[in-house]
Amino acid sequence: MSPRRSREAALEPAPSDWDTPALPPVPRFGHGSRVPGWDDAVDLTKEPAVVPDLATTPVPEGLRQEIEDAMARYPDRRSASIPALHAAQEEHGWCSPQAIDQVAAVMGVTPAYLTSVATFYDMLVTHPKGRNDVFVCTNISCSLRGADELYEAMLDAAAENPDVDVRSFECLGACDIAPMASVNGEYVGPLEPADAERIVADLRAGRPVLEEKQLRRRPSADPEAR
Amino acid sequence: MRKILFDRIDEPGLNTLAVYERRGGYGALRKALRMTREEVLDELLTSGIRGRGGAGFQMGKKVSFLPKGDMDKFLVCNADESEPGTFKDRELMQKSPHMLVEGIVIAAYAGGIDHSFIYIRGEYDYQADILDAAIEEARAAGYLGERILDSDFSLSLVLHRGAGAYICGEETGLLDSLEGKRGNPRLKPPFPAVEGLYDSPTLINNVETLSTVPHIITMGGAEYAKIGTETSTGTKLVSVSGDVKRPGNYEIELGIPSRQIIYELAGGPLDGREIKLWFPGGSSAPVLTADDLDIPYDFDSLAKAGTMLGSGAIIVVDDSHPVLEVAMKLAKFYAHESCGKCVPCREGTNWTVKMLERIDSGEATPMDLDIMASVQEQIIGNCLCVLGDAMAMPIGSMIEKYRPELEAHIEAARERAGSGALEDVVAIGVADASAGPMPVH
Repeated sequence: MSPRRSREAALEPAPSDWDTPALPPVPRFGHGSRVPGWDDAVDLTKEPAVVPDLATTPVPEGLRQEIEDAMARYPDRRSASIPALHAAQEEHGWCSPQAIDQVAAVMGVTPAYLTSVATFYDMLVTHPKGRNDVFVCTNISCSLRGADELYEAMLDAAAENPDVDVRSFECLGACDIAPMASVNGEYVGPLEPADAERIVADLRAGRPVLEEKQLRRRPSADPEAR
Repeated sequence: MRKILFDRIDEPGLNTLAVYERRGGYGALRKALRMTREEVLDELLTSGIRGRGGAGFQMGKKVSFLPKGDMDKFLVCNADESEPGTFKDRELMQKSPHMLVEGIVIAAYAGGIDHSFIYIRGEYDYQADILDAAIEEARAAGYLGERILDSDFSLSLVLHRGAGAYICGEETGLLDSLEGKRGNPRLKPPFPAVEGLYDSPTLINNVETLSTVPHIITMGGAEYAKIGTETSTGTKLVSVSGDVKRPGNYEIELGIPSRQIIYELAGGPLDGREIKLWFPGGSSAPVLTADDLDIPYDFDSLAKAGTMLGSGAIIVVDDSHPVLEVAMKLAKFYAHESCGKCVPCREGTNWTVKMLERIDSGEATPMDLDIMASVQEQIIGNCLCVLGDAMAMPIGSMIEKYRPELEAHIEAARERAGSGALEDVVAIGVADASAGPMPVH
């Protein structure tokens, strides 16, 4: 990546050892004033990223197939951006620039567009992260029942494990098992701070997490509904 | 109490087509397809069912707003259940997914719709897998797809998984997200019924509302309207959480006393504790106090009490938690989830967090409460969607109802931080800096 140049530097001609072409002259109106907007805070030495060419962007076959299947489900292919980014995140571990380029190439949209989407949603991550996701709900119902202590315990338990990515999350929609966490999509609760160690141990051993506390095994609370 | 949605909900295998059909499932669809579209719509109108997602708008009316004609029309089921305290749709989709699919097909038939989507929040991974399997089963059995049950009605249904954003539960934010963009709400009007998904007329309904549709068709709209109160018909799933003994989902008839839900069904507050405040309809509803427990739980009674039924999520807070703690959690949540499109919400939520932190760190005076209340007033009604209002209403109600406690909190925090007693600050005025940090207003 070319070094980012300051506004002052951009006014100077580019040094000869850079392989970028010399900057065009500053656009001016006939009366001499600068055309507004010419010095917007962007990297002036860089061309805007265009839609990557699928022929020159290697995309894993499985990922490409998955994205194309997603695009086929909607009247407008752009609707597939979230499923496609999800698939790329599965493949690459996070929405890396390379992952976004690959999705952009298959979908025929610009990387900037996909970046705008990826940065909006909490479950799409634009920085490197551990393979295992632990979302600890720290919203109101869970925090009333001690979610903040649980979150601290979870952070401590996973401190030595770069493979476990612990995040505090907004309401996960399981306040009946508060405080709770979502471990790789599996809802578990109600949790004690002591369960944090077990979650990490289960993840390392590749076992199902806290089987007796999984939400899917829980009967309805309404006694007349059973 | 009468169970409609939760009738034997824990029956093993109810998520499969075989068990659902054995219980009479898809019978309502057969019945609906024998009726004309107008007759089905009429049943929905007569039932008087109001949307279960939060706004409480009559579902039949919503369907009737769709333009007639042969254009592409869409139905979107809002399964992006993110309102703090709400978890009813999760249980419905997990345990009885075919009820939702059947409801979608019937509602689409009534509205003359041929494409439908379920927008489920990305965190509900397990529930989404169950729905995917149910949709596949329904398609194979001819309840979805081309020429459903040999009628001339066709419908496609696609499950769309979100990626974690509260704002995508707002209907126009959801539409933008479904179109593959950032989930920013749109200016209304045009309303989605006229110009929604892909600029086409779109019907958006909550999971619980659509799951009720087959039951309305089976029992008849008039029969359904007899349940509940005159303006809040039917049963409602209520998610009770927070400081209660038995948190969970309970199906109630609308109009029963709130006390009955919290004390009889959910077991009341924990031992040795008293209820301090409760949210009657998710964290976006203005709070009520222990004195309000006898208000009937229905749309109009709660509206009369200055709050709302919302999504039907009761969050109970007991006397072991300071009001400030609850307010702070709320404000931080909304500040995090504000999409940033409208200034009053983006700035208002962040400033509210800062002012609450000021109170906790001992820099505030009671005047800050007035400023905070005025910030809330300036958010309400000034944005494209109601996310900002959803913070402003409960925080405003807390300042109004718990002002003495908040003032005591301010005073205690000042003492802890050594900011000087309040009367000194007031007496000395701005000129004397030795009295500690002065509020700058």
